[in-house]
Formats: sequence, C-alpha cells, structure tokens
Amino acid sequence: MQLREACASGRAVRIEGGGSKSFYGRQTRGEALRVGSYQGIVSYRPEELVVVARAGTSLAELEQVLADKGQMLAFEPPHFGPGATLGGTVACGLSGPRRPYAGACRDFVLGVHCLNGRGEELRCGGQVLKNVAGYDLSRLLTGSLGTLGVLLELSIRVLPVPEMEVSLRRPARPPQALELLRTWEARGAPLSAAVIDGEYLNVRLSGVARLVDSVATRLGLERHPDGLRYWSELREQRLPFFAGEQALWRLAVPPGTPFLSPPGKCLLDWGGSQYWIRSAVTPRVLRALAEKEHGHATLFRGGNARGELFHPLPSRLAALHSRIKDAFDGQRILNRGAMYPGL
Amino acid sequence: MVAQLSSSVSRGRELLRRLAEILPAEALISDREGMRPYECDGLTAYRRLPLCVVLPDTVEQVRAVLRLCRELETVVVTRGAGTGLSGGALPHAEGVLLGLSRLNRILELDVRARLARVQPGVSNLALSEAAAPHGLFYAPDPSSQVICSIGGNVAENSGGVHCLKYGLTVHNIQALKLLDCDGETLELGRGALDQAGYDLLALLCGSEGMLGVIVEITVRLLPRPACSRVLLAGFGHVGDAARAVADVIGAGIIPAGLEMMDQGCIQAVEAYMQAGYPTEAAALLLCEIDGEEEEVESGLQHVADIFRKRRATSLRTARDAAESARMWAGRKAAFPAVGRLAPDYYCLDGTIPRHRLGAVLERIAELSRLYDLRVVNVFHAGDGNLHPLVLYDNQRPGELQRVEELGKRILELCVAEGGTVTGEHGVGVEKLDPMCSQFSPVELAQLHAVKQAFDPAGRLNPGKAVPLLRRCVELGGMHVHGGRVPFPELERL
Repeated sequence: MQLREACASGRAVRIEGGGSKSFYGRQTRGEALRVGSYQGIVSYRPEELVVVARAGTSLAELEQVLADKGQMLAFEPPHFGPGATLGGTVACGLSGPRRPYAGACRDFVLGVHCLNGRGEELRCGGQVLKNVAGYDLSRLLTGSLGTLGVLLELSIRVLPVPEMEVSLRRPARPPQALELLRTWEARGAPLSAAVIDGEYLNVRLSGVARLVDSVATRLGLERHPDGLRYWSELREQRLPFFAGEQALWRLAVPPGTPFLSPPGKCLLDWGGSQYWIRSAVTPRVLRALAEKEHGHATLFRGGNARGELFHPLPSRLAALHSRIKDAFDGQRILNRGAMYPGL
Repeated sequence: MVAQLSSSVSRGRELLRRLAEILPAEALISDREGMRPYECDGLTAYRRLPLCVVLPDTVEQVRAVLRLCRELETVVVTRGAGTGLSGGALPHAEGVLLGLSRLNRILELDVRARLARVQPGVSNLALSEAAAPHGLFYAPDPSSQVICSIGGNVAENSGGVHCLKYGLTVHNIQALKLLDCDGETLELGRGALDQAGYDLLALLCGSEGMLGVIVEITVRLLPRPACSRVLLAGFGHVGDAARAVADVIGAGIIPAGLEMMDQGCIQAVEAYMQAGYPTEAAALLLCEIDGEEEEVESGLQHVADIFRKRRATSLRTARDAAESARMWAGRKAAFPAVGRLAPDYYCLDGTIPRHRLGAVLERIAELSRLYDLRVVNVFHAGDGNLHPLVLYDNQRPGELQRVEELGKRILELCVAEGGTVTGEHGVGVEKLDPMCSQFSPVELAQLHAVKQAFDPAGRLNPGKAVPLLRRCVELGGMHVHGGRVPFPELERL
C-alpha cells in the first residue's frame, strides 16, 4: 500500500478525502494519499445507536441512511462541500449549531480504526458507549487533522431525530440576547441551537411535540422567516455574514462569557460561546482577546496557510504535542504541519 | 544484590527525610499501621504497602513531592478516595502513595456559566450537593458517589446509571489542570467548549493516573430536570426483557436510566429490603424518564406500550418522586443484597452491543453451570454494560481460582461479541491479562508510546492500565483478530 511505501522511504504524505475542507488548517506538502474511495457503511443497527463506516463514506449519504431510520449525527457536522467524507469530518473535529446542547464531534466518536505513521494498523475504542480499556486514542485522533494517523473506519454514536423542531427568533441586542438565553437554559427550555446575529436572537427548539409547542408559545417568539433552513445555512457558512473574502476568525470562549464586542463584524453561535468574526485586525488582537476570556482563537478561513492559524500553545504543552506526534508518527510524514509548524 | 538493596534502603531514608522538609508532619505517613488503610483500593484482593503515604493539602506541596520524586527517581501512585474497583491505586512497594483527599475544595461555582472548578479530592456527592441549591446537578453518578472523588472519576472516566442520556465523565468536564511527571503545570482547556491542539482533555479521562496528576477540574453542571419518573416491569423471559431494551432505544427514546436485573438478583433484593419487586419474574427492567412534564408523560406512555408488547408480566409507574426513589433504592441496594447470598462475590464489568444481550446472558448461564458457580446479573442495560456477580466462598480451596477462570471466560465473551473487557471499572492491575485479548501487540505498543510521551521515565503509576507485551506472550497469546496469528511480531523479542 502507498502509505507503507511512504513509511519505508520516509516520504511525506498529505491525506485527502473529499477535499471539502482543504481550506482548513495549514498547508502541508507531500504526496497525496487519497482515501476518499475507501467507502461504505460496515454496520448499522439503529437500536444500538451506533454506525460503523469507512472513512471515505460520503457524509451526505451517511446522513441520509441515518435519516431513513429516524436518526442523525447529533453534532451536526458542517459539510463545506458536496464531497465531505466521514473521515474528513472526524479528522477536522468540527461541530455544528447543536454542539452546546448535544455534544461535540469527539463526544460521539466511539472507535477508530487507523494507520499510524509507521503504517501499523490500530483499532482503538469500539462500538459501545462505555469502554475504558486503554487510553482514549479515538478521541485523541478526532480533530488532530490527520497528523497522528490515517483514519480508515469509524464507529460513531448516533441519536434519534427529535420528534419536532421549530426555528424562532426575536429582535434583541447581543447583551440582552445572552441574558435571555441564560434564563431559558436554566429553566430547561429544549434548545438545540442559539445564534445572536446583532439584530436578532435566533433559536431552534427540539423535542417531543407537546413540549416544543408549549415552550414556543410560552417564550413568545416569532417564527423564523427562513425556518429550519436557517440552521443548515449557518452550519455551511452560507449566510450573508460569511460572504466575501475577508478573513474569518473563530473564537471559542467559556459558556456564560459576557458579550465581548470584538473588532469587526461578529456572529455568536453556540449560545454565545463561539464567535465568528470578520475582521482584518492583526491576529495578536484577537488572540489576546480570546486569552483574556479563557478561550482560543483560530484563523478559520482566509489566513496565510503557511502562518499560525491555530492558537499558539504554551511551550510546555507544545513540547508535549511534539512528543505525542512522535509517538504516532516518528518520521513526521503524516500531514506534517497541518496544525502547527513541524507537527 | 546486597549493594543494590542497601542503596534502595538508603534512598528510601533520603526520600523520607526530604519529604519531611516539604510537608507538614501530619501529611506524611511511613509507619506500617498508619499506611494500612492505603494498602488497597476497592479491589481488596490485591494489597501492598508503599514506601510512604503523603497527603498534601496544597497544589504546591503536590508539586514539591513530584519534583523530589523526579530527583530521587521514585515512583508515584496517585490515589483519590480509593473506591476504584480494578486496583489502579494499588501502591508500589518502593514508591510514594500520593493521596489527594485533602485537596477537597470547591474553588468556584459559576451558576451563570453552569461550571464548577474543583480540586480533585472533592467528592462526587459534595459537588452535587453544592450545585443543588442552584437547580443544577453534576451528571456522572457512579454507585460509589457518596465517597468517590472527582479526580478519581476523571482518572477512571466514571459513568453511573445515567450515562445513556448524560454521558460519561469525559462528556461532562470542560478543563483540567494537571502536574506532569516533573511537577510542571499543564492547562488542558480553560472552560471553552474545545481547546487548541490535540484533545488531551479527552485523553486524560480514563488514563488511570498514568499520564499526570490532576490538581484541578472544571466540570459542566446541568439544569436539574423539572420532572423524573420511574417505570418498573417484570418479564417472564430474560430474552423478552433484552428485546424490550432494544425496542425502547430503537424507538428513539433515550431514558435517563435503563437497568436490568435477573431473577437471582430480584430475589436477593426483595429478601434484603422489600423493594416491591416482582419475585416471580425472570427479569426486571427499571426505566427512568426525565425532562419537562410533557416529555416525561409521553416517554413513559411509549415505554409502557413497548414493555407490554414484549409481554411484560407486571408493569408499575411511580406516581411520585417518593415512589420513584423506592424503586431505585432496590437497584442501589443490589450489591449488598447479593452480598448476603454467599460469603464472597466477584463483580465483573464488561460491555457488549445491546442486541447481543439475550445471547450473552444465556452463555453466561451456561458458563455458570460449567464452572459450578452461581452468577447473578444486575447491569446498565441501556448501554450494554454488564456486571455479572459471581458468588463463591474464599474459604473453599481452589474456588477463587475457578472464579477467576470463569471471569476470564466472560470477558473474552464480551470481546468476541464486539464489546470490551472493562466498561467502567478500569484496567488497573485486575484487567491486565484481559487487555491482551482485546488489543494487538502494535496497539499495546502504541499505548505505551503515548504513556512515554507524558512520562518518559515511567514514574507515574508504573505497571498499571496497559500490560507489557511480554506478559501477553507468557499468557499464551489470546489475541486473534481478523485471522492474524497471535503475536507473530514478538518472536524477535
């Protein structure tokens, strides 16, 4: 196999799935290792709430198979293009609007079958929720941008599609919108997404019909003119906010953080703990802002692919990352530098 | 040999002298009687005295201990409340046992952000109690919750009866502060929903004290559901109950808890505390639905319909919180109740895919007859986590050996069915051999490499969690996967 040859000769490889998220992360050099053709659902039993599929499986097709059985990927992953694969989704570890209420990509990864940088096959985790045998390498690999292993097969926990979902909104300035959300969350409102766009507080409610109906009435919100489509447009970054070429930053801050008023235009997702920012300020400004709020800042789109896109790590943590990389890929041939220079 | 021994004795003396300089007198125990309570954790079959026990009450003292242990090349075993069930906190004869029970402060409870920042020695229950007045709760609730510590929960990635809906510890913590093997601080996350770099926060969960010493944990708290009710159903056949479990999940219902007991367990519980369980039933299911009034109503109705369709022989819905609590009380008393059936019992812990539940229980019953040992079952049916309890009498010669043999067969069965050798109790020292049947040599080598990245000198809890390849070879090669011959790679060793 191509990877084994690369291992033997120490040649760098660049792992390619469907190419939908090739904009994300730093530039990596090396021969393309195409894994997109390794496709197919290996097993799916709805009553197990687990699907096992090969890394190259189309995300859209997988979601359709789940939907046919009334189930879904609860972390609502962005596709960013028709070619999106399950492997690329897990390698990038990105989660959509449902994340603060349902969990992140890594929360749903139960097992990984992969090749490390020595070309050795590893099966970590499994198909069951409760599993504490060995270190949790599956979640370590999730979001590692292909720098630790080539994903071959994934087992993913799935959840039932809610009986009913509605999309609502009301006009609210960001600070007031955050306060409203706080109150609703504390009262156990069945929120499944919440976005503050400067003008409106947009929410999605999900759950059993009787509950969603009664809460929707109680909160006194108007129907969202775009309906549920609003959330897929948000997830895929197709809202007008995301148009244009200006750099797109992502700031992740703890829940409960008061409104930050960052420089430039901003859209608050994840109930206020994920900021999307369009701004041309120097990275230093946003990194400092994120750090002050105990968060981190990523230059998500439109940055210099050879520069620092992800939040710099403190030196001791960076050194640990380097040793972890070596533990999986001592020759540093897998997606080298995709996350941090040299890693 | 003599020279080696005397050098280790003098190094031990040096260690005690230097520890006395950095710790208050009451934080250092080195007499045999004083150390006795620390010789084992919840797995009492394995006992060993450490060189000394230290009980620091500040993070700076922990750091000083770790730095000294680095300097004197001494092993450190970290211990929380000592309720672990796999011997993860078993002391090392030449090492320091680092007890974190005095680091027991809740540093911050941010009601607005619904986060709590706690020290590792805070008990799971203390955290829940601190959160309760604010209408919040901490979801993971292992059965030892009254005494077990949050630090230990992270080290073991503890679950409990509500995992199916609320997840394990890994799903409920937002940041960790740890000291590495050199005593230096590493911050993994600071409260945001994700962190830059690799997901080391997830990696640390369930790492059994092998990668670092956790000194601070930020946990996520959840709003307490408005309403929660329990439904109790008896079944004439274990298979019907198992199918009912699959049907509930398949119907898109995620109960807060879904527990199962077999007849042996039901009868033991009734004899112990009259929980009102149907003693004639072959299996019992306990299903808890929580949420807003509307969801609970509709969920309970749906579950009751499914149970009826699966030929439930009895069905009772709790009318109120008090009745729900009584129904749960029986489940929570299951272990002590079973404990009265025989002088000793051995609690196993494995997970299987739910749809294999019926078949696995039948196979366990066959094995029970084969080994002439009684097995009763009580487990988290919703997530396929089994806890077969093997009854025996340790006074009878050879019986414990038979129990261990049976336990091994049951865990191999879990692996063969696509499950795992430990669902929530951890590997520790107890599951080192079964790990050989679940992981291939390259996988074990990868796990060791990760350990090395954190702790190159192997000073933190050595010998636990991941078996040495040599051990697996000596065991006779149990791992066969995809037609591979067991351990062909190892002939070179």
